[in-house]
Amino acid sequence: MSTATLPAELVFAKRSITHSLRNLDSLVTAVVAPVAIMLLFVTVFGSALDSTVGGSYADYVTPGVMLLCAGFGAALTATSIHTDVSKGFVQRLRTMPVRASGVIFGHVLASVLRNLASIVIVLLVAVAMGFRPTATPLEWLGIVGLLAAYVLVFTLIAAAWGLASKSVESAGMFSFIALFLPYLSTAFMPADNLPGFLRGFAEHQPVTLVIEALRGLATSAPDSTTLTHSLLWLVGLGVGATLLTARLFDRAARS
Amino acid sequence: MTRSSPQLTPPFVDRPTADKSALAVSGIRKRYGDREVLRDVTFDVPEGRVLALLGPNGAGKTTLIRILTTLVRADGGTARLLGHDVVRDRARVRELISVTGQYASVDEELTGRENLVMVGRLLRLGKSEALRRADELLEEFDLTAAAHRRVGHYSGGMRRRLDLAASLVASPPLIFLDEPTTGMDTRSRAALWNVVTRLARGGRTIILTTQYLEEADVLADRIAVLDGGAIVASGTAAELKKRVGRETVELVLDDGAVIRSVTDGNPERVRLLLNRLHSEGRHVRTLTVQNPTLDDAFLALTGHSTATAPTDKEPAR
Repeated sequence: MSTATLPAELVFAKRSITHSLRNLDSLVTAVVAPVAIMLLFVTVFGSALDSTVGGSYADYVTPGVMLLCAGFGAALTATSIHTDVSKGFVQRLRTMPVRASGVIFGHVLASVLRNLASIVIVLLVAVAMGFRPTATPLEWLGIVGLLAAYVLVFTLIAAAWGLASKSVESAGMFSFIALFLPYLSTAFMPADNLPGFLRGFAEHQPVTLVIEALRGLATSAPDSTTLTHSLLWLVGLGVGATLLTARLFDRAARS
Repeated sequence: MTRSSPQLTPPFVDRPTADKSALAVSGIRKRYGDREVLRDVTFDVPEGRVLALLGPNGAGKTTLIRILTTLVRADGGTARLLGHDVVRDRARVRELISVTGQYASVDEELTGRENLVMVGRLLRLGKSEALRRADELLEEFDLTAAAHRRVGHYSGGMRRRLDLAASLVASPPLIFLDEPTTGMDTRSRAALWNVVTRLARGGRTIILTTQYLEEADVLADRIAVLDGGAIVASGTAAELKKRVGRETVELVLDDGAVIRSVTDGNPERVRLLLNRLHSEGRHVRTLTVQNPTLDDAFLALTGHSTATAPTDKEPAR
């Protein structure tokens, strides 16, 4: 017999995790997509691109696929949060003696866990296909931390997007951003191959910085400038997205 | 002689509670843009009573409920719930109320039981207590058989029942039901009416909004008619009907002719009518007295029937 009470945040987290496990979309996104994308890139483009990237393409592409899958998975948060706000769930909570904002926390935590799992799947497939990281334990810690931070920040941005959306369709649009952003980075090939105006964007956007930082850590050649810059980006975006989410949640719940 | 008016429970009978106010609403005003949704709404609900806010779509019912349940702030006026101001003491008010809206706000991905357990956990019940309360409510709302099915597969009526059950996990003394049976079929409606009646017998104070006159008639001790953002009349169903005061006698003759006459409750007029028919050699087959219905009352009070309410819907969120 248990009489212990749980903070609302954890009750909501449990709910969101249950959603993730029951929802076919999120399972496919988290499990099937990483395997398919990894196979696609390494087997279809791999042999052609080995020379372009100057080494094993599996080594080159793995960090990018991790971010692609995690970002795509995190984007689902936009739809989940939009649904909770528009269908009356949050409104019901607002009439109860409950911290309604815990709903957001629940979705965010579930997204981080789901997408870290998805990253582990990418990693397993990658190793099977020839990914050979040489990172030290400390560098591995850095890799995990950076990935977790990336997923968290991306999820927070998705949360704000979902709250700002006027319809489920526009909430779902965030998936496209999550899908295309890595293509306009150095995830799949070096930026030199892109036309001029895209190259400038690709070289400086945060996804590229995080990918390059991950590559550095994975090959035991961390670059402190890339690391610092990617962390600054993540902290800045994370703080911005958190403030925006809080504000939008307040507005959505009160209107 | 048959009476065709609906069966009424006599108001204020079997309710031994003292006339302590459960909800005191005074001068509530609300405006959205240049549309005045509520203007000077004032009423009082004693503890343990059922009040129906009756009005057509767009009358301001939902806005009023949203104000009383701490979701929206009024532009003016006050509302006190068991003595607590809905703006200043809203944290306390939220512990005293339950709200069931027009749109079932339960979680479709979870089962019925999981939904109720989640609400229990949110209300800081321990795990075993939350489970016990969930099973109790599932039983009470006739959902035990569906307890382990996902709510996404529930029928509309089942969802509403679960929604109401979820709002009662904490046994709050004040229950708000915003159009609890809108869009329901007759059977589900009857089932929900039973639930509400049971809650009322248990001494809860219930405020329900409805656009169905019959619903107000069956469930409520008192009816407040809301039209165009103001309360245009209030009283018991019987009082409202009496204000319209038209008792009609309907005679069907042997030759199939039908005669309707307004009596205003005066039997002498019926006698004169029967005498005249007799002297004309015509035979009366049946005689029916029709009391004014709440429909008549509503029409007389607002100038339009509930079915033909003119205004548009309030904002959805």
